[in-house]
Amino acid sequence: MKPAPFAYVRAETLDQVFDLLDEHGDDARILAGGQSLMATLNMRLSAPEVLIDINHLKGLSEISCDGETLKIGALARHSQVLESTDVQTYAPLIAKTMPHVAHQAIRNRGTFGGSVAFADPAAELPAVTRTLGARFVLQGRDGQRTVVADDFFQGLFETDLKENELLVGAEIPVIQDGERTAFMELARRHGDYAMVGIAVQGRIEGDTFADMRLGFFGAGDQPILAKSAAAALNGQANSEDTIKKAQDSLDADLDPMPDLNGPAEMKMHLARVLTKRALAELAS
Amino acid sequence: MDQNVDITMKVNGQQVSRRIPARTNLVDFVRYDMELTGSHVGCEHGVCGACTIRVNGDIVRGCLMLAAQAEGAEVETIEGLSDAGEIADLQKAFHERNAVQCGFCTPGMLLTAQELLTKNASPSREEIREFISGNYCRCTGYQAIVDAIEWVAEERRG
Repeated sequence: MKPAPFAYVRAETLDQVFDLLDEHGDDARILAGGQSLMATLNMRLSAPEVLIDINHLKGLSEISCDGETLKIGALARHSQVLESTDVQTYAPLIAKTMPHVAHQAIRNRGTFGGSVAFADPAAELPAVTRTLGARFVLQGRDGQRTVVADDFFQGLFETDLKENELLVGAEIPVIQDGERTAFMELARRHGDYAMVGIAVQGRIEGDTFADMRLGFFGAGDQPILAKSAAAALNGQANSEDTIKKAQDSLDADLDPMPDLNGPAEMKMHLARVLTKRALAELAS
Repeated sequence: MDQNVDITMKVNGQQVSRRIPARTNLVDFVRYDMELTGSHVGCEHGVCGACTIRVNGDIVRGCLMLAAQAEGAEVETIEGLSDAGEIADLQKAFHERNAVQCGFCTPGMLLTAQELLTKNASPSREEIREFISGNYCRCTGYQAIVDAIEWVAEERRG
């Protein structure tokens, strides 16, 4: 199908974006990479009156690191993040994730900020940024505020972004010595939305788990940090018994929705399978 | 507000200016306004890859980008790559290895294969499969397509 008619504005400045958002409110949509938005427009799931194209705003696509924080501009394309040596060095969990984000032609357009702001519970980057304890920089007309991922993601496609705010970047704490990472997802075709996926960062000191963070996508109405599973692991020896307890505690963390792939019970099963595999990879 | 936009871009090396409805996506623009029908329209929501087009040197989904967003860009379609001879070896290999049956996916498959080979001169079969995973083919079962791309990679390495 074709989108319903709309007006299109190529924004050159942030002020212009805020003027348009003030004027049109809910009838305006921000167009970043457009790789989710265009599909919903084509299917007429959404019919805004105005599209505000932010692709030409300056200074929003840089990736940089000061040694403590990795900064990823909202307009950094997935392919740019995939190829960034800073990302590989300072946030290897994101580097492991990117090859699973859609397909090359989509990665060439899709943006880091767009994926985060859209907050699809089945997408990789919302869950991975939550796992990493990322902070998001939200720009309003009168200034910026920073929100941690735990507070940013609030529900199904719901975030802390206000009507007249724009997500302009992400700040990711760099990986520390001894921290290990694992990323896995189960999808029917490589690059498609996963049925369930997991991102893990943490330590194994001797054979004891510590500082474990387990993020899940496709496992609820939002990207989920599995706190019960992490609690079942931290301070415990890496053993079959510990991993079984972590798997069992996922019942308290996850609440998958049935979809075309299968019922919620199947997704819970897949989440337990992925947990075991990801922890084995973490230990290897 | 005006639901039309003025756009200027290069399509296969030729400068074009048009006034079009803002909602026109890039693949419809090249098909209907430029009458370049080699880029195909399949699913119209980014799943099938039949509409693959190259913009400023990178492949994109022609159904997930507005023509208005290609303002000032260099747009290349299968016709451009074909006429320039850039992918003559891929086309020959697809033909000779039976990597084409109905042909609907072929233009998108060729553009995707070309981007892979410019990024990675020696892809493994697994890497080829991963890279073309965003392009559906309903005829060949992919085996022959992977064969053709692998063969061209070898040829180009000399």
